[in-house]
Amino acid sequence: MGLLDKFAPLAEQYRRHEAAGTNPFTVAFDRVLSPTEAMIGDKRILLLGTNNYLGLTYDPSVIDSAIAATRSSGSGTTGSRIANGSYGGHRSLERALADFYGRKHGMVFSTGYQANLGIISTLAGKNDHLLLDADSHASIYDGARLGYAQVTRFRHNSPEDLANRLRRLKDEPGDKVIVVEGIYSMLGDKAPLREFAAVKREYGAYLVVDEAHSLGVLGETGRGLTEEAGVEADADFIIGTFSKSLGGVGGFCVTDMEGAEVLRVVSRPYMFSASLPPGVIAATEAALHELRTRPELRQRLTENAQRLYRGLAALGFELGPEPSPVVSAVMPSPEAAFGLWAALLQAGLYTNVSLPPATPKGLALLRSSVSAAHSRAQIDRAIALFGELGARLGLLTRSEAFAPAK
Amino acid sequence: MSEQVSDIRDVIFGTLRAMLPDGRPITEQTHITEDLGLDSVAMMDFVMEIEDKLDISVPLDKIAEVETLGDLIATVQRLKVTS
Repeated sequence: MGLLDKFAPLAEQYRRHEAAGTNPFTVAFDRVLSPTEAMIGDKRILLLGTNNYLGLTYDPSVIDSAIAATRSSGSGTTGSRIANGSYGGHRSLERALADFYGRKHGMVFSTGYQANLGIISTLAGKNDHLLLDADSHASIYDGARLGYAQVTRFRHNSPEDLANRLRRLKDEPGDKVIVVEGIYSMLGDKAPLREFAAVKREYGAYLVVDEAHSLGVLGETGRGLTEEAGVEADADFIIGTFSKSLGGVGGFCVTDMEGAEVLRVVSRPYMFSASLPPGVIAATEAALHELRTRPELRQRLTENAQRLYRGLAALGFELGPEPSPVVSAVMPSPEAAFGLWAALLQAGLYTNVSLPPATPKGLALLRSSVSAAHSRAQIDRAIALFGELGARLGLLTRSEAFAPAK
Repeated sequence: MSEQVSDIRDVIFGTLRAMLPDGRPITEQTHITEDLGLDSVAMMDFVMEIEDKLDISVPLDKIAEVETLGDLIATVQRLKVTS
């Protein structure tokens, strides 16, 4: 028995896809040309699965900021935020995030995954209760596992089920902390946040909203679903990432809670990771400035998202319940998802394959995400390729596999 | 008490039979992931159905400890007694 034998079935699938040259999990771009194009060998690829929502990765001011900060402050901090890894730039970005959200405190983590890990594992202690939406991202589940709270899962996007579970816990001691997301990354659906906020108030719980996929996407000023739904006062903590609309890497948390500074010395993922390099920090602050001052990017993103969603729906693909920058087509099987993914890539279009257990309801998904940087012609070309290859592979008949969330 | 255990077993077996298309035999020794092929999310979804029927919440760390249907019956029964 070898140490890795427990992964044998998965390893066999992996080997098969490698051998066929169709492994979505090991694809590498030899050269990236822009937010929407890259090269694999000498093939030009249209990128439709990069979460680069505002297309800021090549923004001149973002790149210039990264270069200037790297020149002045070096390539890395070589230490954690609580040791030698806090520079003026980290503090400045935290203030900029707090200012953007109109909150007292901002805290920057080295990845979005770590922001969830660091906040969720710390907020709910041994005698407290975490209530997670069933479709939560892996980082939320892992944050719950890292902490010591009792963890309860409620039905995806169901305020009634959340209320039911809070009712069952109402005589239990300890605080109740609810965690939901703005936009869910697999099907692109939004949380019914007004209703969740009402349940939170009724039961005196705390609410954490992960806006990873909704920052810069939703809301009058791009603050996310809490802003769009008008419930910012009910969201005790907002968590987000720099690796999507802000085009970098890193994560953050903002809050108005008194005493939140103490989280810096109790959140282990924050304390025991090296901090982000000065170049990433400066680029992120520049990208946040672009996000705040160029609302037209959000407008273009929304138009592109609707264009792709409508185009794929018209072809007969079964999609998530509403248009969003994440547009996922439900495939009848993982094999079908791999097949369409490989055919699209062969034709010059990059998308994502998403499989259970990362997906809800055991669905196999061919997932796309659009950018403000896509031209209409690029979106139309993607739709045409989906139509042509979907038809060739017999995937354009509607299935009953997916019922939109109620 | 024993009647309650058999009620819980009926709910769990009934829920599982409705979920599994092929009508394969299930017993208290049935291993949920190895014999039934449920992945981690499918397992949590299965438990969610039972939670609604019995009006309990099974914490995730308790679900993680469950391997067989017998384990699940025992876990649910303990929660039902204390609720």
